[in-house]
Amino acid sequence: MSATEFSGIAERRIEDANLIRGVAALTRERIERVVKAVTKGEAGARLAVYHETCMRCGMCADACHYCLSHGGDPTYSPVGKMEQTMWKLLRTGGKVDPDDIYGMAQIAYTECNLCRRCVHYCPVGIDTGYVMSMVRRICHRLGVVPLYIQDTAHSHSGTMNQMWVKDDEWIDSLVWQEDEARGEIPSLRIPFDKEGADFLYSVIAPEPKFRTQLIYQAAVIFDQAGVDWTMPSSPGWDNSDMCMFTGDYEMMGRLKRCHFEMAQKLKVKRIVMGECGHAFRSVYDVGNRWLGWKFHPVPIVHSVEFFWELLTEGKIKLARKFDEPVTIHDPCNIIRGRGLMDKLREVTHALCSNVVEMSPTREHNLCCCAGGGVINCGPPFKGVRLAGNKAKADQLAATGVHTVVAPCHNCHGGLEDIIHHYKLGMHTKFLGDLIYDCMEKPGAA
Amino acid sequence: MSTSAATRLAPSGLPETPFAANAAAAPPHSTPGDWEPGRRVIAPSLAPLPGHQWQEEPHMSPDGMHVAAVVRQEDDSFTMRVDDGVWDASFDKVWSPRFLADGRLAAIVQQDGEWTVAVDGEAWPETYGFIWSLCSGPAGRLAAAVQQDTRYGMIMDGEVWETLYENANNFALSPDGRRTAAVVQTVPLGQADIETFMRGVYSVAVDGEAWEQNFMNVWTPVFDNRNDRVAAQVRLSHAEYTVAVNGAPWPATFPCVWEPCFDPATGAVAAPVRKEGRWGMALDGTLLWDARFFQCWSPAWSRDGRHLWAIVAPQYGRFTVARDAAPWSFTAPVVTDLVLSSDGTRAAALVSNDNSDWQVVVDGVPWPGRWEMAWRPVFSPCGQHVAVRVRDRARETVLVDGKPWRDAFTTAWDPTFGPGGAVLLRGVRDGACERWVATIDDFKA
Repeated sequence: MSATEFSGIAERRIEDANLIRGVAALTRERIERVVKAVTKGEAGARLAVYHETCMRCGMCADACHYCLSHGGDPTYSPVGKMEQTMWKLLRTGGKVDPDDIYGMAQIAYTECNLCRRCVHYCPVGIDTGYVMSMVRRICHRLGVVPLYIQDTAHSHSGTMNQMWVKDDEWIDSLVWQEDEARGEIPSLRIPFDKEGADFLYSVIAPEPKFRTQLIYQAAVIFDQAGVDWTMPSSPGWDNSDMCMFTGDYEMMGRLKRCHFEMAQKLKVKRIVMGECGHAFRSVYDVGNRWLGWKFHPVPIVHSVEFFWELLTEGKIKLARKFDEPVTIHDPCNIIRGRGLMDKLREVTHALCSNVVEMSPTREHNLCCCAGGGVINCGPPFKGVRLAGNKAKADQLAATGVHTVVAPCHNCHGGLEDIIHHYKLGMHTKFLGDLIYDCMEKPGAA
Repeated sequence: MSTSAATRLAPSGLPETPFAANAAAAPPHSTPGDWEPGRRVIAPSLAPLPGHQWQEEPHMSPDGMHVAAVVRQEDDSFTMRVDDGVWDASFDKVWSPRFLADGRLAAIVQQDGEWTVAVDGEAWPETYGFIWSLCSGPAGRLAAAVQQDTRYGMIMDGEVWETLYENANNFALSPDGRRTAAVVQTVPLGQADIETFMRGVYSVAVDGEAWEQNFMNVWTPVFDNRNDRVAAQVRLSHAEYTVAVNGAPWPATFPCVWEPCFDPATGAVAAPVRKEGRWGMALDGTLLWDARFFQCWSPAWSRDGRHLWAIVAPQYGRFTVARDAAPWSFTAPVVTDLVLSSDGTRAAALVSNDNSDWQVVVDGVPWPGRWEMAWRPVFSPCGQHVAVRVRDRARETVLVDGKPWRDAFTTAWDPTFGPGGAVLLRGVRDGACERWVATIDDFKA
């Protein structure tokens, strides 16, 4: 295959106001300068090695849900997407037209979830997620980023959270949920800024914005488990990071610094994160390293792992099991990215009497198609996302169950869109939903 | 004490430094009061008083003469317990209590859905939509963030800024505690209105009056030590960062900057800046330290302006402290809580591998012993001694010059140096709240 044979992205171009605006401001000289700055100054040897070792064998094609959902169209394959973007930029030294950047941005932001499933199928271990992230980095530096995810990145920079939540709205949400939960557990408290607590609980901004019941549930679980926890009353509470996905690494670093320094100021032993995958990736793997830490300065524990601890240590006792058959969706950032597949299953089996595995499963499970910031690119690209989810829809339908357990916010968003679009008659649940429903609550009124 | 002159409002309202650990935040060296050596029991028992459903974490006054805690009463109302009594007034909610420098006790309170501040049990007459980030400085004035009719700003001793804004955050207090500043959003933003955002909607308001200039982003405003000028990080475009002083940006821009600080001697402004993938320090926009570090943050000046300190990473993943660009040879994966001696020639910091093995490092030399947690070091007024609160196996004690106090508390507060080498220790032991005045000789190897 050669790049010139690909015409796919030009034929499926989707209008996005900020892609149009950004490309209109480009010149060939600026593109060349930015491509060189990123590929030589930021990416370095890793990218060069991937470029040199990719033999265009196409083994990655069957790994990609976009490619599978489009009848094996090679322009959707990981190697096809790299060929149309980074490989072309490297081959030409960045000497491409502004209009080419539009297509590259559309591919990088909306046709690759950075899910890294293809890494498992590549004979030489090329991390397509990394390559596409560097394409996004170039697009960010060129100002060619889809409108809605750019707006989300702006929210991060203006408020240190993803959803434009103002300082008082955050505190008010916690006070409100504490009051609500006291109706059920009269002694319940959401401890603000408790210095020296065992852990800081951090969430993503959609929770205070429109999923406040998840804060309520977490508070009940922690309270009844008798753990020593706290939540911060000021910025640093949101662990999410769309800047990581737009390629705005400077803002990503600022967000992660804020998050970790909040934990350090409160002198907690560790950070427990809510059921979100991309936020975990940003704190556990990417943002911390951009800041110069080899690992994370405060230990990071995803909710899957924390719930596993609570159950295995007997801090949560179950009053019943969830009887309906469920299946397990494996979020890419905590399964391929962290290896929590066994603990996810142990927790799910402890909570549910009938677990039906998807096929394929665990680290080979298919992506929800929402992650990697793709769902955040908004309405213009929803159709593409749903079309790229056909493989997942087929996989879900084959389980024959009606409940999908998915410990990730973006996965919920993506799966709910699939379920609705393909009329699967299913619904999604967080582990927290199940634990809250099934646990003993000795402190209940 | 170093005089990088900023006081930021911490999550719990405690005065703190801009964004990161900063030497300016060293607690007061001495507190007027009783310095007679020996032990005094302030409250024989911290068990909840009769009729109290629960009691939150205790707060001890800086002089160690009083202890206070939020309590919930039988009628579900909240109030403050002070020693063995309670405030006469009760409220629907009480949070963020703190003792002021003059010994008064203040807290944020809610009644009938409206928020205000209560001092020694007496609420301010006016109420507000929301109040948070309560703080006070040496002048004894109380400042806080405020929201009124969905407009945002600050309040000082009950007086709200004349102009309120679309949003406000990054609140700051001048060193004398008489002036306030915050990042303010001066222009409304519609949904996904990224064009307006990129033209600049943020500024800094000082005592309510906004700079004439708007920027794409503004962070961490900081006052100079004359309580007059304000500097802040600003972002001019997605990739151009610099520092603005009283609204005027430096002529030079950088790919990223961190928190600025004023030279107390000359009024010049220093800030960490990124250049070609490495970090250095700029002074008034010109590179002062070569950009050779993998990280550089938490800058702090000595009082005479002769020395500039910062936390730096001379190698990837290895952090330390640098004075005038020269790093200590001792490095660690994590360094926090940089504090300077009064003349700025000495420095102390905390270091850790994994957040559970903290060491104290003074002048580049680690003290013996590792601790589960350590708190911000405190220099004696003469600069000869350093005290640090530490925790190990559920016991907390204080080290002075690396040597532990002969006893331990179950919970302690930060130590304070007094006249003649006295050290005030405050803590809870055997259920009683105590203050101890020790001498340097009480700390043995």
